[in-house]
Amino acid sequence: MLYEIRFHGRGGQGAVTSAELLAQAAIAEGRFGQAFPSFGPERRGAPVMAFARVSDERIRNRSAVYHPNAVLVLDPSLLKMVDVGKGLAKDGVIIINSANSPQDLQKEYSLAGKVASVDALTIATTIIGRPITNTTMLGALLAATKLVEIGRLEEATTNRFGPLAKRNILAMRKAIETTAFGWS
Amino acid sequence: MSESRLPGWKDLTLGLAILEPMSARNNLTGSWRSERPVWDHTKCIKCGVCQMYCPEACISQDADGYFQADMDYCKGCGICSRECWTQCITMQQEEV
Amino acid sequence: MAKAAPQSLRKGIEVSISMAEAAMQANVDVVAAYPITPQTHIVEHLSELVADGRLDAEFVPVESEHSAMSACCGSSASGARTYTATSSQGLALMHEILYIASALRLPIVMAVANRALSGPISIWNDHGDIMAERDTGWIQVFVENGQEAYDMTFHAFRVAEDHGVLLPYMINFDGFILSHVIEPIVYWSQELVDQYIGLYEPMLRLDTKNPITMGPVGIPDIYLETRKAHDFVLRESKATIVKAWDEMEKLVGRRYRPIETYKTDGARILLLTMGGVSETAMTAVDALREAGLPVGLVRIRLWRPFPFEELYEAVKDCEVLGVVDRCLSTGGPGGPVASEIKGALYHKDKRPKVVEFIAGIGGRDVRVEDFQDMAKKTLSVADGAPLPPFELVGVRE
Repeated sequence: MLYEIRFHGRGGQGAVTSAELLAQAAIAEGRFGQAFPSFGPERRGAPVMAFARVSDERIRNRSAVYHPNAVLVLDPSLLKMVDVGKGLAKDGVIIINSANSPQDLQKEYSLAGKVASVDALTIATTIIGRPITNTTMLGALLAATKLVEIGRLEEATTNRFGPLAKRNILAMRKAIETTAFGWS
Repeated sequence: MSESRLPGWKDLTLGLAILEPMSARNNLTGSWRSERPVWDHTKCIKCGVCQMYCPEACISQDADGYFQADMDYCKGCGICSRECWTQCITMQQEEV
Repeated sequence: MAKAAPQSLRKGIEVSISMAEAAMQANVDVVAAYPITPQTHIVEHLSELVADGRLDAEFVPVESEHSAMSACCGSSASGARTYTATSSQGLALMHEILYIASALRLPIVMAVANRALSGPISIWNDHGDIMAERDTGWIQVFVENGQEAYDMTFHAFRVAEDHGVLLPYMINFDGFILSHVIEPIVYWSQELVDQYIGLYEPMLRLDTKNPITMGPVGIPDIYLETRKAHDFVLRESKATIVKAWDEMEKLVGRRYRPIETYKTDGARILLLTMGGVSETAMTAVDALREAGLPVGLVRIRLWRPFPFEELYEAVKDCEVLGVVDRCLSTGGPGGPVASEIKGALYHKDKRPKVVEFIAGIGGRDVRVEDFQDMAKKTLSVADGAPLPPFELVGVRE
């Protein structure tokens, strides 16, 4: 089955990196993964998107993701300016970096679909020591979807970050434990 | 007079490379000449301007320091005569 | 036959990075490139590989793309295995030297991340850059995914350096939709690469001990014969190109052909694509076939030398061919690929009608739905609808 993910972040927050790590984890499992940015010049702070696809079969579609099964919002300030739920697939899930409950977020921003939240900013600041939430948010994605094996994701993170990977992995695990779901 | 056949497309070297070094020497440009440069050694100061400007690089210096052109290649362009500081080179009509 | 690759050789990696590493595995001697926009990560990564001592090569950061190709010509003429990469404006700036590289028969390998030309200023994907370089006398291949981009790097050196060919080779891979994508790519072992491409042995090279002249004047008495010889060897290179693909199939199990087909059996209409959108088009064909529509796909892999016979064989039985161009021939016949296809079919007694689409210009996304629409419009012509003028897919009124 094909699973499509859209990442919303700001330039410099690592949305593209998180899409890449996810694809690499799926590929390391022997499955198929694809990741790419919303193409264009790199602009720190500007709202950006990244896309990933994970599948048990070869992925041939190279167009952007229009009907994501999951949406990851790395920066809650984007909720006011970007329609993060746009095109969400049936039973799709929106996962938001926020200290607020999924129920409150759903109401405040009139979000359709299932909503989950995790205080990724606090986790990243405490464990990694920097307000970069991309790896933490991948933990929340796994909590909500179990899309790839955590071990493979940790492996991909280690390959990417080397000695810095350890704290990212701890933050990822913390997010898996603390993600709140707006559904039962 | 028989004209030698020009090479066909299958006869060419790779990328039209010229494999014989200095093959331009086979082209005796002296046959183009209608005037020849003649040096007046009483005016020549042996400065070498004629040698430097010669487009055929056919001017050389002799044992006494004077300059002369290799008539196999001098095409009679007259640049040496024009450039000579002391105007010691005159162009003389070749005999027909 | 296909040998199952060890798991360690299957990597999730950015396509551009894999191409740089293929160039490293090909043990290139010289990389000359202009290392800023428009570029991909290929030369950036190659400069790292050289700086880190993983690749023993000369990396020449020149001051323009014109200089990059000029330096590549000098390097290749001296007998060094030479590689570079470029894109859009950079390729345009190389234009005049591209002709010289091929006329001098220099086996330079270049990756071109196909992108739009300005203006307006664009860094996004289409085939505007490469269509301006059709007649430069290079071998030109288009790839559809990262694996092909990686594989074709070895094919390029193998074919370009063959003494029966000795022509430069462009690997066209779509900017962004291929160049910036992470996907699974199965690497070749170094032993396999060495076995496939071996060492470069130049037929002629610049050497102070044995001087020759490259690039003399071609006076009217000889220029025509030189161009005829160039055209002949480029056309004839197809046999070597296919043979090298056959040998690659034996080594790694992946089969490449000048013209590729997908679900063409019983198809009344075919779409025709070239490059990275082909796989998206396959997804559309899958859906249409499931819905019972007689639709298939033809893809051009070998663009120069143009595979006339293979193309005709692939399209002769369909009623209508929907050609999807990635470039607009402004004020001309529409799309450059379609006009070549029509030229190739004109003298055939039995030939399909050709419907022309121009899609994905300047980075406009081409969706599965867009291909489905194009296929349905093509099918309507087969059902008797009048032949429409070429369509700029998705253009707003």
